[in-house]
Amino acid sequence: MNEEFLGYQRPMGEVGIRNKIAIISSVVCVNHIVQEIASRVENAVPITHPLGCGQFGPDYNNTLKTLIGLGTNPNVFGVVVVGLGCENISSRLLAKNIKKAKKPVEYFDLQEVKGGSSVAIEKGVKLGNNLSEQAKELKRESFDFSHLVLGLECGASDSISGISVNPALGIISDRIVKYGGTSILPEFTEWIGTEHLLIERAIDKSVAEQIHELLSGFLENLKDLGINFLGVQPTPGNIQGGLTTIEEKSLGTIAKAGKSPIQGLIQYTEKPKGKGLWLMVEPSLDVESMTGLAGVGANIIVMTTGRGSPCGNPVVPVIKICGNPKTCEWMAENIDVDMSPIIKGDQTIEDLAEVLWLKIKTTLNGKETQAEKLGFYDVAIWRNTASPFQYMHCK
Amino acid sequence: MSKQLRSYIIMNSNDNCATALIDLFKNSKLQLHGGSIRINQNIPMGHKFALNNINEGDLVKKYGQSIGVATKEIKKGDWIHTHNLTSQYIPEVLKE
Repeated sequence: MNEEFLGYQRPMGEVGIRNKIAIISSVVCVNHIVQEIASRVENAVPITHPLGCGQFGPDYNNTLKTLIGLGTNPNVFGVVVVGLGCENISSRLLAKNIKKAKKPVEYFDLQEVKGGSSVAIEKGVKLGNNLSEQAKELKRESFDFSHLVLGLECGASDSISGISVNPALGIISDRIVKYGGTSILPEFTEWIGTEHLLIERAIDKSVAEQIHELLSGFLENLKDLGINFLGVQPTPGNIQGGLTTIEEKSLGTIAKAGKSPIQGLIQYTEKPKGKGLWLMVEPSLDVESMTGLAGVGANIIVMTTGRGSPCGNPVVPVIKICGNPKTCEWMAENIDVDMSPIIKGDQTIEDLAEVLWLKIKTTLNGKETQAEKLGFYDVAIWRNTASPFQYMHCK
Repeated sequence: MSKQLRSYIIMNSNDNCATALIDLFKNSKLQLHGGSIRINQNIPMGHKFALNNINEGDLVKKYGQSIGVATKEIKKGDWIHTHNLTSQYIPEVLKE
């Protein structure tokens, strides 16, 4: 219980495990400029996306709040926001909100810079370098695990994940909760069929009711809209790999969240309202989930994979663990912990959970994950506005 | 890669199915709870087989929980997949 890690104290009380300079596009039009700036500034990461203008309703809110969340993530020391100048999610709006976390923020629009994109890149590099120098002054200090916010992710799952890596991650999630930390499980379409088990773990009646409304309501909506979910969950690859039903897949998925009580549901852009285990309402695309997790303040993510995924996140280290012996060999450079000994039979789920625990501790203290080393800065933001366009017909 | 030491895993003592950790072949005999079980069809790695006879309409259990309903009689050692097991959740959505 006296375990500690070395992190960076942030002004609002959170703790980062990285000290990144985030270069953020407010709109798709400046993505190239942002990538160029990030590549020339020490310890900088690009946050680019295909959105930022012409958005409305929930889509607009998701993009705005997620970009603010990525900027305010505790792993970020300072931010440069770059805009075009005419978009509805402006660089000024993002910068104003990110500044509320009391961290250094710079912003400018390309249209305000005389000389075009090359001059804008030079300007961004100068601002970024200045922040990068300031960041070096901040040193790591010891913190206990109550400062940790763990994201529980899975991607490119096979039937091996649910019987190996997912329960091992569940052991670690329970440990972080026991140490006073926070853990978040996204991807609600992969909880279908386990509603009764999640409800049993809800801390009170109101949380149980929310879980019921989400999962039963979702199935009702599918039925009302006549949407065929076969082939969506489980996916064709899941079925080929031996997963027969959604409840079988879901039981494997929720194993990542261990056995801890469920404190409540949070929306895609909503921070957990306390410590412990939380469920995030998000449909199930892994990069979209990880972007949401980073946006609500996760400082570390563990992603289980079976068929193999290279994905990462610009501001949060993603540790990838795999139980499939063939994938561990074929995609070794994208896997951080080879957990195939569970399947080979020479080690147990509990043994490998301890190997993962050690990897988490070295990662917290600064050792780069494979996705960090290889530069995977994946961002996808959930778009969930019911489209008014679907009612329009060209005659 | 190290040597494969076991050929299947049972996730919970209440389960009536096991998951193959390697490709299992028809008529192979596996050790089970001090006795043995004969495999009735080829079972690919990651797929399931029955640990005992399961009647049509009975629940198939993995992780100690239901993963769906048997749509026909399943014999001990039979491969379990979409041909004899169905979800209690998604099929309702599929009906037109």
